[in-house]
Amino acid sequence: MLLIYCPYCEIERAETEFRCGGEAHIARPSDPEKTTDDDWVEFLYMRSNTKGIAAERWRHIHGCGRFFNAVRDTVSDEFLKIYKTGEAKPDLEALAREAGK
Amino acid sequence: MKRYSFLELAKNAFSAHQNWGRQWRSPEPKAEYDVVIVGAGGHGLATAYYLAREHGIRNVAVIEKGWLGGGNTGRNTTIVRSNYLWEESAALYNHAIGLWQNLSQELNYNVMYSARGVMMLAHTIHDVQVAQRHIHANRLAGVQNEWLSPEQAKDYCPPLNISKNIRYPVLGAALQRVGGTARHDAVAWGYARGADALGVDIIQNCAVTGIRRSQDGSVEGVETAKGFIKAGKVGVVTAGHTSVVMEMAGVRLPLESFPLQALVSEPIKPAFPCVVMSNTIHAYISQSDKGELVIGAGTDQYVSYSQTGGIHISNHTIDAICELFPHFRRMRMLRNWGGIVDTTPDRSPILSKTPVPGLYVNCGWGTGGFKATPGSGHVFAHTIARDEPHPINAPFTIDRFRTGRLIDEAAAAAVAH
Repeated sequence: MLLIYCPYCEIERAETEFRCGGEAHIARPSDPEKTTDDDWVEFLYMRSNTKGIAAERWRHIHGCGRFFNAVRDTVSDEFLKIYKTGEAKPDLEALAREAGK
Repeated sequence: MKRYSFLELAKNAFSAHQNWGRQWRSPEPKAEYDVVIVGAGGHGLATAYYLAREHGIRNVAVIEKGWLGGGNTGRNTTIVRSNYLWEESAALYNHAIGLWQNLSQELNYNVMYSARGVMMLAHTIHDVQVAQRHIHANRLAGVQNEWLSPEQAKDYCPPLNISKNIRYPVLGAALQRVGGTARHDAVAWGYARGADALGVDIIQNCAVTGIRRSQDGSVEGVETAKGFIKAGKVGVVTAGHTSVVMEMAGVRLPLESFPLQALVSEPIKPAFPCVVMSNTIHAYISQSDKGELVIGAGTDQYVSYSQTGGIHISNHTIDAICELFPHFRRMRMLRNWGGIVDTTPDRSPILSKTPVPGLYVNCGWGTGGFKATPGSGHVFAHTIARDEPHPINAPFTIDRFRTGRLIDEAAAAAVAH
């Protein structure tokens, strides 16, 4: 089981308190009328499914209930960075270098 | 290929079974093949076998990073069934059921297919309604499935606890008698031996590191640990790593890879006559011929390639198993492990051509690909050989996510299965 740090509660809790929300930083098309089918496919269904360092959303459902983002190595399941919703996507390559991956 | 028979067994007994030949060769890759299959799991090997046998395409290589059958083929809970809701799925999985019947004879290899029945439990009124809807849909589609009362379920599977005073009482069950189990390793080995005998090169311990495309965008071949291999067509059958391999050709897919766990108990005498599944509490259980109880759990909630999952997932499954089958409570578990399953948003597989000419993909089987192995290989071989899908896999395109013609087995059962 993963131990996950909630950046709002500022505490590390068991994974069972959280719900994973999938890949982070996927923006909903802002103008649906002008969005093509291919763009909808990209938004709704296509996922990077990265093997390695990836950003994903988590929600502290049995705590504060809020969404936040995390960078995790999907090979070792190790968290490299946790940040609040709205903060910019970190430089994943730099994080990987820091972690020696 | 030396045919296995009682006479061969008797002859080899005289030399203490020391002179059985190798079941397949370990060739060095040739410079060029008509078709290269990436991934030597059950589906990939079956594809190569049917390419050679049904379509006469024998200049084929199956390239595998590890050893054949060492991924999800060797990690699943070996359940075979076809009681899916939608007609498209029922046709695909029932096609496999048809091939399972004579697979041992066809391959001259005992895959130990045992139609001992798959019973899916209903624990709530909603479960009962969903199960009965499945049964009606299945029977209309010509797929065997029948409803059992709790007493009939207990009659079919005596260890089952049908007390009304448990957390998830059994309100009934859907039984598919033609469902059952098969020996997962033997399926991979049987197809490997059969394909090898027809001239297919199986190249193990050789990772594919790139997919080379020509000026016009079509596939030219694959870069591997043993150098470049030219190929007219490339079929990718790499389960949990499909996104990684397809990215080499610049193709994005609607896939997410999750760990899925299974575990086995210490071996005991025959005590469990069938396969029992529960979607609601997400547990499946059967007994292998070695005597171990084979138990399957659910997926973890996050993308991972770690081949290991959270202990709370398997713990939850064991809780459910102990409640449904109280006399297994004091048994010890011997091993647990995880595999990486590639799931699609509608929980149905993709067996399809891709936007890249000459590149084909067979993926998205999620938590339940083993049962489809023969059918999957059969229709995927057709797709590669003819450059157009077999009528059975025609609906299982990548494009369905654009047209909206999903085959929504996720909504149909509310779980990945």
